[in-house]
Amino acid sequence: MSEHVNRQQISYYEQMAEDLIHKAKEQGASQVEFSLSVQKGLDVHVRKFDVETLEYVNSQGLGLTVYYGKRKGYANTSDMTKEAAFQTLEKACHIAKYTQEDDCSGLAELSLMAYDYPSLELYYPWGVDAETAIQMAIECEREAMATDKRLTNSEGVNVSTHESFLLYANSHSFLGRYFTSSSSMNCCLIAGKEHMQRSYEYTVAVDAKDLWDPSRLAQQAAKKTLARLGARSIPSCQVPVLFSKEVAPGLLKQAMVALSGGHQYRRSSFLLESVGQSVFPSFVTIYEDPFVPKGLASTPFDAEGVRVKARCVVDKGVIQGYFLNSYSARKLGLPDTGHAGGMHNLFVSHSDKTFEELLKIMDRGLLVTELMGQGVNLVTGDYSRGASGFWVEHGEIQYPVEEITIAGNLKDMYQQILYIGSDVETRSSLQTGSILIERMSVAGHVKN
Amino acid sequence: MSSLIQSVHRLLLDPLGITQSQLQKILDQMLGRQVDYADLYFQSVRHESWVLEEGIVKSGTFSLDKGVGLRAIAGEKTGFAYTDDLQLTRLEEAARAARSIAKTTGVPILHGTHPSKQLNLYPAQDPFSSLHEDEKIEILKTLDTVARQIDPRVQQVMAHLSGVYEMIFLMGSDGTLSADLRPLVRLDVQVIVESKQGREQGYMGGGGRGDYSMFLKEGLATQYAEEAVRQALVNLEAVPAPAGNMPVVLGNGWPGILLHEAIGHGLEGDFNRKGTSAFSHRLGQRVASPACTVVDDGTLPGRRGSLNVDDEGYPTQKTVLIENGILKNYMQDKLNARLMGMSQTGNGRRESYAHLPMPRMTNTYMLPGSYEKEEMIASVERGLYAVNFGGGQVDITSGKFVFSANEAYLIEKGKITKPVKGATLIGNGPEVLMHVSMVGRDLALDAGVGTCGKEGQSVPVGVGQPTLKVDGLIVGGTEH
Repeated sequence: MSEHVNRQQISYYEQMAEDLIHKAKEQGASQVEFSLSVQKGLDVHVRKFDVETLEYVNSQGLGLTVYYGKRKGYANTSDMTKEAAFQTLEKACHIAKYTQEDDCSGLAELSLMAYDYPSLELYYPWGVDAETAIQMAIECEREAMATDKRLTNSEGVNVSTHESFLLYANSHSFLGRYFTSSSSMNCCLIAGKEHMQRSYEYTVAVDAKDLWDPSRLAQQAAKKTLARLGARSIPSCQVPVLFSKEVAPGLLKQAMVALSGGHQYRRSSFLLESVGQSVFPSFVTIYEDPFVPKGLASTPFDAEGVRVKARCVVDKGVIQGYFLNSYSARKLGLPDTGHAGGMHNLFVSHSDKTFEELLKIMDRGLLVTELMGQGVNLVTGDYSRGASGFWVEHGEIQYPVEEITIAGNLKDMYQQILYIGSDVETRSSLQTGSILIERMSVAGHVKN
Repeated sequence: MSSLIQSVHRLLLDPLGITQSQLQKILDQMLGRQVDYADLYFQSVRHESWVLEEGIVKSGTFSLDKGVGLRAIAGEKTGFAYTDDLQLTRLEEAARAARSIAKTTGVPILHGTHPSKQLNLYPAQDPFSSLHEDEKIEILKTLDTVARQIDPRVQQVMAHLSGVYEMIFLMGSDGTLSADLRPLVRLDVQVIVESKQGREQGYMGGGGRGDYSMFLKEGLATQYAEEAVRQALVNLEAVPAPAGNMPVVLGNGWPGILLHEAIGHGLEGDFNRKGTSAFSHRLGQRVASPACTVVDDGTLPGRRGSLNVDDEGYPTQKTVLIENGILKNYMQDKLNARLMGMSQTGNGRRESYAHLPMPRMTNTYMLPGSYEKEEMIASVERGLYAVNFGGGQVDITSGKFVFSANEAYLIEKGKITKPVKGATLIGNGPEVLMHVSMVGRDLALDAGVGTCGKEGQSVPVGVGQPTLKVDGLIVGGTEH
């Protein structure tokens, strides 16, 4: 494995972390934390069977938080020289002179530090060169465009691969570091002439070996795009709605965000103080695991060096816990759950019903495959978004639908989940099958 | 060389010990025989922000980001590399990576046109030192105090003050030599109100290219706090929004996000060169009612979306997009203008040195018409009056766009009757402006908080419009 940050650089960064923490303490800081990241990567974009852009990614940055008692200051920079790092420390200290005492501020508890953090399988550098990536993309686009004459244009194919090195250290003598990788490929096509339609397909993985075969990507993208041709609006109605596996993870992520510590202590959540409450039907269980090999949201420790662990977030419909970092945990008087930096891999339980079976069960209603806009109010749960998808009658897809909205309140929508399908979306950090909801308001119109 | 270029040279390049002739040499090497254009974009961005929550200023942030992006263009192909390590050897490495795009093509060197006008739309000074830290904190505290005094139902006040100071220096192989110093400040307040009916939120913010002293203007902080609280309290009373196709009267100012989503993105040069926009091949055609004239104008002094030069060193301008309903122009950057045989319009923008430029909007707005707001509302039998919006999104190929109202009222029999819950509005870009039947006199621009995202890149923009009436838009409520 050839790592994009070598041993020598790692020791340089570790020494830098130590020096900065030492220096901050010398200047009177009671606590300090340091984080650093280095990313390298390649993005190629091919369109109309030729390369359009070739981008070399090369970014780095470091950040420092200092605490003077209960006051804090933060500064960061992309300049990795020692001189710049010390200037950044000065800036953080300067800011801490002006912020106010905050009872809950400070590093995470010493007893929670992941000194013995595990080594996870998250780093699989692809090592693909630009020429190979370009050829792959060209072949994928060629195959996609050749499937049907109705494919009239293309937004092209992207191939991208990134490697990151992350280091976190603090004045509890914690220092952790790890490498991650991520590769992806997507294909976006256009069908039709007068009324063009666009759709896309993508594949993403920590290990490029797990990416879909470009041929499968091409076929799927073509199929999805062609299926959009002839889309029309429908009259307003109240019908069952099936969220396809592409949009189902987003629907449940809204709940996870509402359960985050920030939204809880700010009281800006529609799931306020909901631990112990039945937010979902009893057949819904959501399990969280930070240690999944090659997991898109796996991490050996959180962004504050805190030990992470697997747990049940929703058990038989009942909320089991929030997503807390040290600050929100202190605010709420609850234990830190190791979620500084976000949630980990989430797995939603599902029925044995396939997607086709869910269409049959729905019988007549709307299948939603794409959502638009940000019409979700996390304070109230009110939900109203632009949508496109397909009209379903007698359990079968009839025609593509666009220019409609779907609306409801997330609390009601969650209670009205009838089934979760077995067609689990594995390209998301929250893995769920498609979700059938009993009834939602659909707004649309019929053109003359 | 203008004094601005000289001073940026002194601030940005001199400390690195890099000379213009060394950069010229890198450009020459990138050009070789096969690349027809190359440029170097140096950028240094400083950013600070202060956050108040629960009555105290809890955190402050300072960041410094600098680097250089190197681009080589060969026909329709672009090679791009960047580095935040500003040693000459790293620049040379990045130059080799960027020029590797040109392996097979051979096109003559491009000679661009360089308008010499120097715009001066905002102060060149660093905004951070315009106020002492104590004064910045005082602004946030005033917001908090005022908001809490207005109504006991105010439970949370989150206020945020931020400033950016950006320095750019650009050299292109066609002789482009340009620099800019860009301040940008912003103040936001969000409140959560709570009563027996439930909880709601309200928001107000503003800013522009200038310094923090704009927030000291008599009563401004009070005005922001009052507006956020007012909005939250209105929403506490809101009833479910209607669902279906109906006439919509859009308020002036920020609701101009309609134009940004419905037509703005669809008129960006890249999509039209590729023929992927619902507006492709439609120049000269009617795309709006005769009441509509829409411009994109990067030359408004002090506005959030304004720039002296775009990120390719080209002066911004006022571009008429739609004139009396007829599509007149697209917005262009260097690459797309050249490939389409059109003129650059000063819309080549990039999030940072680590991103490629592309055609982006600046300040996009509709010119005023002749109606009064009251006339428009009175003309509606049953419909929606929407005055405040969150974000929006568009599918430029199908033309479908959405934007989400977060303050709206029901119009019944020509009168505003009651507030309704937030709802998403959806329409079709090439059609929606055809249904604009009345345009008001009251043109207003937004307060200066807009950020536009495209292909993962965010840039500050402005929008604006007079109050206008659209005869039919789909309102995504729950009430049938």
